[in-house]
Amino acid sequence: MFCVKLSCEVWLVILGALVAVLLRACTTLHPYSGAGSPPMYGDYEAQRHWMEITTNLRPLEWYKNTTDNDLMYWGLDYPPLTAYHMYLTGKIGSFLNENWTKLHESRGFEGESHKIFMRYTVLAADIVMYIPALIFYFHAMGGQSPDPKTRPLSPSLATILGLLYPGIILIDHGHFQYNCISLGLLVLATSCLLLDMNLTAAIFFTSALNYKQMELYHALPFFMYMLSSCVPKPGQSLTSSLIKLAQIAITVMAVFAILWAPFNRDFFAVLRRLFPLDRGVFEDKVSNFWCVFNIFYKLKLKFGNYEMMRICLFATVSMVFPSSVDLFLRPSRKKFVLSLINSSLAFFLFSYQVHEKSILLVGVPVVLYFPQKPFVCFWFLCISVFSMLPLLYKDGLIIATIALMLFYVISFRVSIEHFYRSSLNASDGLAEYYRSLLHVLLDIEYKQATQIDILKLTYKQIVKNKETLKNLAFHVVLVTSLIGCLVLSFALLVFEPPERYPDLFPLLISAYSALHFFGFFLYFNVKQLQIPQEFDAIKNVKIKSS
Amino acid sequence: MIFTATFLTLCLKLLLIPAYRSTDFEVHRNWMAITHSLPLKQWYYENTSEWTLDYPPLFAYFEYLLSLIASCFDKKMLIVQNLNYASDETILFQRLSVIFTDLVFAYGTHKCCSSIQKSWRTDVVLPILLITNCGLIMVDHIHFQYNGILYGILLLSLAYAIQGRYLLSGFWFAVLLNMKHIYIYLAPAYFVFFLKNYCLNSKHSKFQIKNFIMLGSTVLAVFLATFLPFHNQLGQVFARLFPFKRGLCHAYWAPNFWALYNTLDKAAFFIMSKMGFLAKKSSVASMTGGLVQEFSHEVLPNVTPLVTMILTGVVMLPALIKLWSLNKHPSNFLRCIVLCALSSFLFGWHVHEKAILMAIIPLSILSIMDLSDAKTFILLGIVGHYSLFPLLFPSSLLFVQGLPVRRPQLFVSFVKLH
Repeated sequence: MFCVKLSCEVWLVILGALVAVLLRACTTLHPYSGAGSPPMYGDYEAQRHWMEITTNLRPLEWYKNTTDNDLMYWGLDYPPLTAYHMYLTGKIGSFLNENWTKLHESRGFEGESHKIFMRYTVLAADIVMYIPALIFYFHAMGGQSPDPKTRPLSPSLATILGLLYPGIILIDHGHFQYNCISLGLLVLATSCLLLDMNLTAAIFFTSALNYKQMELYHALPFFMYMLSSCVPKPGQSLTSSLIKLAQIAITVMAVFAILWAPFNRDFFAVLRRLFPLDRGVFEDKVSNFWCVFNIFYKLKLKFGNYEMMRICLFATVSMVFPSSVDLFLRPSRKKFVLSLINSSLAFFLFSYQVHEKSILLVGVPVVLYFPQKPFVCFWFLCISVFSMLPLLYKDGLIIATIALMLFYVISFRVSIEHFYRSSLNASDGLAEYYRSLLHVLLDIEYKQATQIDILKLTYKQIVKNKETLKNLAFHVVLVTSLIGCLVLSFALLVFEPPERYPDLFPLLISAYSALHFFGFFLYFNVKQLQIPQEFDAIKNVKIKSS
Repeated sequence: MIFTATFLTLCLKLLLIPAYRSTDFEVHRNWMAITHSLPLKQWYYENTSEWTLDYPPLFAYFEYLLSLIASCFDKKMLIVQNLNYASDETILFQRLSVIFTDLVFAYGTHKCCSSIQKSWRTDVVLPILLITNCGLIMVDHIHFQYNGILYGILLLSLAYAIQGRYLLSGFWFAVLLNMKHIYIYLAPAYFVFFLKNYCLNSKHSKFQIKNFIMLGSTVLAVFLATFLPFHNQLGQVFARLFPFKRGLCHAYWAPNFWALYNTLDKAAFFIMSKMGFLAKKSSVASMTGGLVQEFSHEVLPNVTPLVTMILTGVVMLPALIKLWSLNKHPSNFLRCIVLCALSSFLFGWHVHEKAILMAIIPLSILSIMDLSDAKTFILLGIVGHYSLFPLLFPSSLLFVQGLPVRRPQLFVSFVKLH
């Protein structure tokens, strides 16, 4: 039978993907944002409204305020690729039921069959883009596994855990958005770049950028990495690198030209739609620097929007600077994903007009980095879902959040156990791991000696087992931090906030997560800077020239 | 592995809380209201709702226990007159009550796994097969019923039977019968197996009167304890428990012999009326109309409950005789249980399609003992779960339906690799 030939790992990935789809399908049963809450509804109505606009109006009118297109009511403010996608799904929708996209009349349309249609469009996008992209990435990166001590998590487990990440499931299939497309394109672009297919990577990334302008959070690492690959290395001629650069530039511009063709006349008007400055530095409660800073110092009273934007720009650029410059000067494949994390996290923490959902843009690169540092990444991903909790609470997705988080945590525990069992060759897995940690401490107790001896021995033991102790401390911190999350979530769900501070718990949650994000920002920056330059690119060239 | 599987499916069940619910949701809410707000004497007389209490008393006590907790969630769901009441708290409570009583199923699985010789199969495969049984998840957590606790008790009883602790097994089976009497279809297999291996000494074929009395009194005690409060209204209770007025087939035809019989009848009627053999105009019987009622066949002879009973008995007989002649290896017993369940499913009176689980669940245990049974299990599992689909008709569940069915396939092919 042919199925026997597939290895255990492949079966695991197939099973994981099916479970991931099942979880997504079950999440679609839950309410979406703004369900049954006129007059503005929520993101669900925004997407439906875009379908209405794009299917009924000519492309030139999509971004313009006309009598048929009231931009104040969920005006289209995403780049053209989103508009085309909405046009396509809108056409399918109007074929199924023309009331769904009738101009003006369909405003605020809600219904069980419409909900199913909308949910299925996201599910289809996810199955076509994000899930295969993630499988492809881990499959492509799977080959390199050097010494067993720092061996990363196996690609199949990393794929499954990546597919089960609750953040993207909750926002796309619960809250309702199409992040899976832009993020899927990002993952594809990253894998192509790491496979040295710069032009394909450029096409994918430009498409991602043209689907959602938030992908600018990731633009700098792509730019820097491609630029540095065009810098002539010893043994390369200047012309060949210039041709390389020109190829990339032309590809990017061609993609832009094709996608923006209908709008070339009012390019700047569309740009103004995409980057609205008058919305303020943040909406609701976001776990970033400005929101936390705002507690002590009311920014919105002191600075105008334009001024604030410049401050944000300066702050963001200076924070992205170290990782981007490092990537340009000392490029390495290993640090590319890290620099994606650093850049997007810097944007999330310091830039202008940030949504709490934007943490997904950091979450996905962290998912890609997962095999290298499972525990840190797991911690980050948990906190990222936690930071969106007030939003999910508002949408009525608490049950889904609890279920998906529980599923994720259990799967993580099982995978890590499996991983340790195979890597430590211990039969007991994680329990054995913790026992080896505790062994260090217990060992001291057994020695019957004078007090000074004990101290000496302890010191010796500590020095000898520094790594193990560091691990133990890390795990204690991790567990404490997650328990803190649990306590705050419990408070948000159960207690009424005091009357003077109605936003107390959301604010506490965002401050708590922001604090973590600062820590992660430092950690990932240090991690990136620690990785030395990769020289094999040059080696290859030398071999070729000789 | 049991813990992992239990908790992972628990998460899935939590996700299914807002899913579509059948009228069984209202049925159980109504029973909870009846048991909570009426005195015991009126439980089997109450008929405000069309969904009258038609499970045995032990299940009514169980509903009463649930209603005690339910009053903390929403008191209004416990009023009998509140028909079709479904507030958010009610939904949450009812769904959670199914999810938590499912832990009995997990315990039953644990007992079963530990009573079979320990191997990779009992540690990993059997828990996965039983706990992630998608038919059970669909029926309990989408359609809404309390099968988890019932099958949990069945597994418990089977586990004790496998271990050879027949008294305990008999006790739990009696409890099960007093919670839902449909399991009476499995009783012949229990009866024969216990009589042969517990009451008759296998060596000398001598009748062990002590064992027989012990077993009999255990079972009787359970029945007495359940039915004693209703001793002066047994007629009414039994009229509710065995509603033969409900017709040969359920509103949705279960995929059994009678479905074929009905189809044949319809076809014959159609052909004969076309050819002019049937002059008199018949009242066009709608057998799938949704309402549960009596109907009569047009061409073929009508079927009475007695006929179905006799037919079921006849079909079971070969399996029972074979079981009598075989030794007391658990796989013989389990195989007979599966056959009893299947024969009653195929020939019984007013069978629900859910009853196929009664065959699939014992067959899962059997499937890890024997490879040929494993093959049957794959086939029956897929077909059986497929037959449950009409229960979940809203199209929002299309994906939810499609995916789990492929899971047993995957698991089993996974198993074969090892």
